[in-house]
Amino acid sequence: MASAPTTPAAKLAAGTGDFFDTRIGAGKLVKEFARKVFPDHWSFMLGEIALYSFIVLLLTGTFLAVFFVPSMTEVHYPEDALPVTMRGVEMSEAFASTLHLSFHVRGGLLMRQIHHWAALLFMASIVTHMMRIFFTGAFRKPRELNWVVGFTLMILGLLAGFTGYSLPDDVLSGNGLRIADGVAKGIPIIGSYVSFLLFGGEFPGTVIIPRLFTAHILLVPGLILALVAVHLILVVVHKHTQYPGPGRTNRNVVGYPLFPVYMAKAGGFFFVVFGVLAIMGATLSINSIWNYGPYDPSPVSAGAQPDWYMLFLEGALRLMPGQTEFVTWGGYTVSLNILVPGVVVPGILFTSLAVYPFLEQWASGDKREHHLLDRPRNVPTRTGVGVAILTAFIILALAGSNDIIATHFHLSINEITWVFRVLFLVGPFIAFMVTKRMCLALQRRDRELVLHGYETGRVVRFASGEYIEVHQPLTDAERWVLVQHEPARPLEIGSAENERGVARPGYKKLQRRQKVSNFFFADRVEPVTPAELAHAHDSHGASAVEGADDHASLARPERESLEAGSGAQH
Amino acid sequence: MSSTTGKDLTTGEHGTAGSLVNDPLAVGESAEAFENPGLPEHRHRLSDASPAGAKKVERQVALIFGLSMLASIVGVWGYFAFPMDATLGNVRYSTLSIGLGLGLGMLGIGVAAIHWAKALMSDVEQVDERHAQRSDDQTRTDAVQLLKDGAQDSQIGRRPLLKGALVGAVALAPLAFVVPLVGNLGGTWNVNAMRHTMWRQGTRLARDPDGALIRPEQVTIGSVWHVIPDGLNESEHMLEEKAKAIVLLVRLDPSELKVQPGREDWSWQGIVAYSKVCTHVGCPVALYEQQTHHLLCPCHQSTFDITDGAKVVFGPAKRALPQLPITVDDEGYLVAQSDFHEAVGPSTWERQRPIRGEDY
Ligand code: HEM
Ligand code: FES
Repeated sequence: MASAPTTPAAKLAAGTGDFFDTRIGAGKLVKEFARKVFPDHWSFMLGEIALYSFIVLLLTGTFLAVFFVPSMTEVHYPEDALPVTMRGVEMSEAFASTLHLSFHVRGGLLMRQIHHWAALLFMASIVTHMMRIFFTGAFRKPRELNWVVGFTLMILGLLAGFTGYSLPDDVLSGNGLRIADGVAKGIPIIGSYVSFLLFGGEFPGTVIIPRLFTAHILLVPGLILALVAVHLILVVVHKHTQYPGPGRTNRNVVGYPLFPVYMAKAGGFFFVVFGVLAIMGATLSINSIWNYGPYDPSPVSAGAQPDWYMLFLEGALRLMPGQTEFVTWGGYTVSLNILVPGVVVPGILFTSLAVYPFLEQWASGDKREHHLLDRPRNVPTRTGVGVAILTAFIILALAGSNDIIATHFHLSINEITWVFRVLFLVGPFIAFMVTKRMCLALQRRDRELVLHGYETGRVVRFASGEYIEVHQPLTDAERWVLVQHEPARPLEIGSAENERGVARPGYKKLQRRQKVSNFFFADRVEPVTPAELAHAHDSHGASAVEGADDHASLARPERESLEAGSGAQH
Repeated sequence: MSSTTGKDLTTGEHGTAGSLVNDPLAVGESAEAFENPGLPEHRHRLSDASPAGAKKVERQVALIFGLSMLASIVGVWGYFAFPMDATLGNVRYSTLSIGLGLGLGMLGIGVAAIHWAKALMSDVEQVDERHAQRSDDQTRTDAVQLLKDGAQDSQIGRRPLLKGALVGAVALAPLAFVVPLVGNLGGTWNVNAMRHTMWRQGTRLARDPDGALIRPEQVTIGSVWHVIPDGLNESEHMLEEKAKAIVLLVRLDPSELKVQPGREDWSWQGIVAYSKVCTHVGCPVALYEQQTHHLLCPCHQSTFDITDGAKVVFGPAKRALPQLPITVDDEGYLVAQSDFHEAVGPSTWERQRPIRGEDY
């Protein structure tokens, strides 16, 4: 401490600081974290949105939990309460208390609506955050474990959404539960028992709402909270990744200090998210359950939709043809029409996401740490795989709305379903091919830019009578972004025999691994090297001086090196 | 490349696969690559250069904070201004005033703080070093030694009996927690209950939801009736019974009806009754198309042909809707001849198996 504090405020601050430092060593913490550097990019805010909408969910959820009654006891809605259409109707206490909360608790409807919008934003931001991590390769070593933590958070987010959506016990969510019950019953051997386990007996029973309540307000958010803590601690341990740029390397992190800049920006951003959600809750009505009515197993209306993040399951259930259900020898029923869309498709979708970082690392053999993010075009296969998964997800979600599409566009539901069946099978492959080709084309354009600079539109005539367009070369900083990445090449596995001519054990396995590696890295465009750039400049100069002779080759000077780059198996 | 990517699979019996990387942070540093041009020069903002510019930002930020305070006060006012016991209008105004007050109050803080950070706080980029996650060799050796010492102290390596006893005890102990939990979750576990419904011989058909009894002459051609068993609304497990017992009743022109073999007397003068529980995953099959006589499930669009034994003509369901055999009793009301002859609703693994001790 340089000088003794003089003003009362400074004395108070010093005293407080001393109190905490002598008890928990706060000084060390502040020294470690206060000026920690965080890189800046808009896409890094996606995870923050998820975090902040989760906090909004906790706050508004606490408000709701004070007034919601998680009980399936049947009551008659009071004759003097709002809304008028529900007076005297028989309903569960859960539904009645939700009505009461909406119409007779000041701010209750607001909190319900903020809570629901926050849940939708939470899932949307989780999914886009995950996409940002995937397409930029932020999951690479050392962050694979944090990817798995994040993946688990996404699953928990789905669970949180589904359990919460079902709580008001209205016709729509009740039908959602009934579908869940039907899917559970379709599980071979234990299906009926799983259904009983969930519902405490026959559907719907009287315990599912209290059970969902416990899961929704205690188990799932508790797990999310704990995993979010792990997730963020790991972000600090690893230090955040950064986009490539001049001065940014794999050995540093460039950005602004936590205190005060990030505190103000990120803290401020929390209030922005809360503010926007509150305004949405105030002005946009959502899930007006009194229009649906309390749960009754008999009525259901067409065009009912689950929240968007469950649509893909709904779509998968709609697409699977019923002919796939069969009875085995001995009279046991195997419901592939339920198992495939309910278990197999989401299983493949989720497992491939969860293990992707490990798969890619196995294919590349790259065991180094990666703190510089990839530009998606520079990793064409990964980007293609990501877009393919996304395409499958979107097609399923659209298929989950096929009835709405049918009535809206006056099409036959059968035909639409057939179109989606075909699309689901071929769409992801097409998406993969197109995306990969586009990435390669973009990389070629980058090379073109580096080698020849920007087109200026200015045309110059040579003494020989020939015209050429003047190109403006890139600055060092501009060029760096386009050339900084390492080319990723397929694994080299050498020959099947060692130096003494003896067959290498495990060579078959290596060959398989090389096949996967080729899938990832064989098609590629490598970044311009200094040598290539120098060569391009030389020939430019030469042509400028010597005239027409060299121009034929100048037209596509990078072509040869490209082919060499994309074909070679070093 | 292979020197830096850390795995060399080209040679060797065991390969050097998995060999440790010398420098895990060496990415993009190859000698043949371009050199990083380094951080660009810092450019100053308007508010850095002139005190007047900074003062202006200060006033803007203060103003936005001020608006936020105003909005928060409006939010609190909204709570008191609109009591929620009278009209729907009040519900709307209360929601709007509290919500906009809360929202703009929060939004103001956020916008002001971000503006402050962007325009007044230092925007000079700073650089932190990264260090590899891996501990250095000495630390690793020490760590391994510490673990070995600990294991040594515990003597677990030398006393296999203890190892086995520990594993056994730890594996068994949770059972006394898990078994009661899971055991209670399923209630009676009597899964066969879902293969029966409330319908019995002579149970009258009643209209859903008011319970009015139905005479065949009320059921005109082309009309569709949502039906429950008489007495359902008074039964103890109303919702569970209703979830299984709901039925759709339709009268068809007998010439259009393809009577299924063995079910010649299950209908009454063209009136047929089918379970309303979808054989896919159990939604109520509620939509009837008069022209085609198709029943459509609104959940995943399974389509059933009511003229032809309610067989599936499209969609993810496999089985026809179970038919309820009906007739008319002495007093002229429609009644069931018996329960359904098969389990209604979604397929389960054992639905086609006989129930032990019952001839089903
Ligand atoms: C409850 C849900 C989640 C919350 C609250 C959350 C929050 C965050 C935050 C605040 C960051 C730092 C800022 C950023 O890079 O966006 C972050 C980073 C990260 N997240 Fe998430 N996240 C969630 C879900 C996920 C999911 C689903 C994944 C992927 C499966 C994931 C993977 C990662 C990874 C790998 C990082 C490190 C990124 C880097 O250093 O570039 N997270 N997360
Ligand atoms: S429940 Fe009827 S089609 Fe799925």
